[in-house]
Amino acid sequence: MFRTVAELLEKTKKDNQSIAEVMIFQEMDLHDQSKEEIINRMDKNLSVMEQAIERGLKGVQSHSGLTGGDALLLQKYLETNEPLSGTLLLDAVSKAIATNEVNAAMGIICATPTAGSAGCVPGALFSVKERLNPTREQMINFLFTAGAFGFVVANNAFISGAAGGCQAEVGSAAAMAAAAVVEMAGGTPQQSADAFAITLKNMLGLVCDPVAGLVEVPCVKRNAIGTSNAIVSADMALAGVVSKIPCDEVIGAMYRIGKQMPSSLRETAEGGLAATPTGKAIAAKYYRNSEEDV
Amino acid sequence: MVKYNSVFDIIGPVMIGPSSSHTAGAVKIGRAARHLFGGNPVFADIHFYGSFAKTYRGHGTDVAIVAGLLDLDTDDQRIPNAFQLAEEQGLKFHFIEENTAVNHPNTVRIKVSDGKESLELVGISVGGGKVEITELNGFNLHLSGNHPAVLIMHNDRFGAIASVTKILAKHEINIGRMEVARKDIGKEALMTIEMDQKIDIEVEKELRKAKHILKIAKIVD
Repeated sequence: MFRTVAELLEKTKKDNQSIAEVMIFQEMDLHDQSKEEIINRMDKNLSVMEQAIERGLKGVQSHSGLTGGDALLLQKYLETNEPLSGTLLLDAVSKAIATNEVNAAMGIICATPTAGSAGCVPGALFSVKERLNPTREQMINFLFTAGAFGFVVANNAFISGAAGGCQAEVGSAAAMAAAAVVEMAGGTPQQSADAFAITLKNMLGLVCDPVAGLVEVPCVKRNAIGTSNAIVSADMALAGVVSKIPCDEVIGAMYRIGKQMPSSLRETAEGGLAATPTGKAIAAKYYRNSEEDV
Repeated sequence: MVKYNSVFDIIGPVMIGPSSSHTAGAVKIGRAARHLFGGNPVFADIHFYGSFAKTYRGHGTDVAIVAGLLDLDTDDQRIPNAFQLAEEQGLKFHFIEENTAVNHPNTVRIKVSDGKESLELVGISVGGGKVEITELNGFNLHLSGNHPAVLIMHNDRFGAIASVTKILAKHEINIGRMEVARKDIGKEALMTIEMDQKIDIEVEKELRKAKHILKIAKIVD
C-alpha cells in the first residue's frame, strides 16, 4: 500500500503502470475482487456524477433559496459569448457549480472526496472530456487517479472542513482533479504530482466558514474557482513547470496549517464569511423560517 | 494504521447532499445505532457536539441521524423527509446542543430505547462519509467500519472469549482485530471482533447460544 505521493510515483516506475492502474490493483487486492468488479463500481460513481451535472445544468434551487441557477446562467452565457477565461475553463466552472447546486438541494451526488467539494473532480473531467474525447475507460481511470492522490491526503492530513478547513476539502478536491487532468492529457505521473502540488499550494490556508452552516455560501463558488485552479495548474505542469516544494511536503504544510486553524474557521459557522453582517443576517432569517416550517 | 484504505472512501459514497461528514456520516452513525440496538427504537435523544452542534440544522445532520435510525442508507431519496417518516413509524426524537469540548469536532451521542431496552453510543464522523463508533454503553471502542464486525455483550467469565473464537474458527472465519473491555471484574463485558468476511445467520445463531453471551450485534459495511 502506498502512503505517500513519492511511493505512488515509485510504484508507477517500478511496475511500469499509470497512477490509475496502481490504484486499481491496490483496490483489487484490498477487496479480493476482479479488475472488472472494481471498474464497474467506479463506473457507477461516474454515472452519478454525470446525472448530477445534467440535473444541475437545467437549474435547481436549494431549500434555503441561497444557491441554485448559476450553472444554468453560465451555460446560457457560454452559448452567446466567447468567455474571456476560455470556453473550456468556464464550462468546467459551470459543471462544478451544477454538481454543488444539486448537492445543496439535497440531491444525489458522489462525494469526491467530500460532498461539499463534490464539484471539482466532475467539473474538470466533464469539461476536459469535450476537448480530449476520452473513452469511458479513460474517464473511469481519471477517477482512480484523482482517488489515488486523495487517498494520500486523507491518510496524511485531512479531507474535511471541520478537521482542516476548506483547504482540506476543496483544496484536496481541486488538486486531485489537476493530477487526473494531467494524466488524461498524456502527462507523466511526475507532472500529475506537480499539478497537484501547484493547485494545493494555491489553496493553502483557505478556511471553512459556511454561512448559516449551510453547504452553499461560499462552498458552491469555491468549487468553481477550485476547478479553474485545477485546469490552470494542469496546463502549467504539462508545459513543464515544476513545483519547487514536493507534493508530499505541500500536503504536510496543509496539515500543519489546518492544525493551527481555530475552530471558528473549521465548519462551525462562527467566523469568516459566516460572521459578516450579511452572513449573520442570512443565518437569522433562515433559522426563523425553518422554525416556522416545523 | 491508515484511516482510509479504499479509493471508494475518496471517490464516494454516492449520497444525498449536502455534506459527507455532516449528512452521509450522520446517516451511517444513526444506522449503526439502530443495528446495534437490534430493533425499532421508539425514543431517541441525540446530543450534538462541536461542529455538529453549531451547524446541524444547515447540514441536515438532524434529518440524517433520524434517517439512519430508520435504517435508510446514505443515498436514499427519503432522507430529506426523515422527520415525517419517523412520525409515521412512531419514533420520537429530540436534539440537544452540547457545549462540552470533545476530541473530534463532529461528535454525536445517541441514546435509543423502546421502553424496555436501551442503548447509548458515541460516534464521530471523520470526513468524506467515514465514521467511527467510539463508545457503546459506556465501553470505549475503536470500531472503524472498514470491515464486517460483531459486537458481543457477555458476562466477564472465563471461557466466554474462547467459546466465541471456537465457533468462528470452526466456520473458518478469520479475525482481523479483536478488543475486549469490561466495566468491572465479573460484570458486563464487551467483545469487538472485526473479521475478513461477513458472518451468516447460522454462525450468528450459534454465537447467541454460546456460554455467557448476552447480546450480539452485527455491523456490516
